Amino acid sequence: MIASLSLILLCQLAGEAMVRGIGVPMPGPVIGLMFLLVLLLLRDRFAVLARGPLQGDGVESTSRGLLANLSLLFVPAGVGVVQKLDLIVDHGVAFLGVLAISVLITLLVTVGTFIVASRLMTREEDRP
Amino acid sequence: MSGDPFSLWVYLSQSPLLWLTVTLLVYAITDAISTWTHRHPFANPVLHSMWIIGAFLKLTNTSYTTYFGGAQFVHFLLGPATVALAVPLYENRKVVASAILPMLVALAAGSVTAVASVVLLAEAVGLPREVVLSMAPKSVTAGVAMGISESLHADPSLTAVAVILTGIMGAITVTPLMNRMGITDYRARGFAVGIAAHGIGTARAFQVDAVAGVFAGIAMSLNALVTSLLVPLAVTFLLR
Repeated sequence: MIASLSLILLCQLAGEAMVRGIGVPMPGPVIGLMFLLVLLLLRDRFAVLARGPLQGDGVESTSRGLLANLSLLFVPAGVGVVQKLDLIVDHGVAFLGVLAISVLITLLVTVGTFIVASRLMTREEDRP
Repeated sequence: MSGDPFSLWVYLSQSPLLWLTVTLLVYAITDAISTWTHRHPFANPVLHSMWIIGAFLKLTNTSYTTYFGGAQFVHFLLGPATVALAVPLYENRKVVASAILPMLVALAAGSVTAVASVVLLAEAVGLPREVVLSMAPKSVTAGVAMGISESLHADPSLTAVAVILTGIMGAITVTPLMNRMGITDYRARGFAVGIAAHGIGTARAFQVDAVAGVFAGIAMSLNALVTSLLVPLAVTFLLR
């Protein structure tokens, strides 16, 4: 588990280094995600890489463990919001109402577009 | 250290141990309730943990800085968790690869809607300009959104509030909304909540379905990129 966690941190570190070093306009952890993905894909191709955390579900099970508790990781930031309730009170119901309606519209537009695009695509493939 | 309970409290309340324990304990309880109610949308563990801990801090007159001294260990894991998204992405790579086109189209439609809808609605109800600007990047992850807000000379802390509230609203509404609409495609459901409600929505998606979680994670990452380009554009076009 420690080896797997080290690998994850190493990917993030490499990502952060790239962001700072070359000025890639992306968050460091997202670059780290790509590094880990490439490592996993390379492991399937080259058996030499299948050792340590990259063998026998090592990094996989640690990652699943982290993601299973993803909600927990937002609690500290969430508590910060409770401390700033006065900001919400200042702007009242309008602030909350606008956010809620915008979320609903965004959910509907995105899900609708995805489904229509995916249906058009399968229809295109079915054509003889 | 004397036997005085007050001085014991003073000592503990300044130590990271107490606040880390409180964070984990309250989350463990709210998450157990969420599991017990079969992940009912309103039993959202982020929502309930944050107000319970927030109320506790208020009652004990503890500053957020002191609290964060303990909670930062949890907060830190957001980065590694983002890297960890590579694993479900890898495991579902075939499903993801076959959906590249719908994802790109939905990304374009979704990010534009997320920004335009909030800017236009906020303008329509007459919120002050600074508030409108602070709300514009509310659908992306807090760190990125605060950066955008800063570059617009808006209020980053108000942006953080809008981001977290948006995440929670999205996480609560997505399941009942999609069920009512009869949408059973978990790729589409996950992708939508990732666009609309970033990481908190993604966390919800992972509770419901692994494929939904993967698509939410992809949507969240892509939306962070697109929105940082989109918000300055939208602000110039929609507001004068």
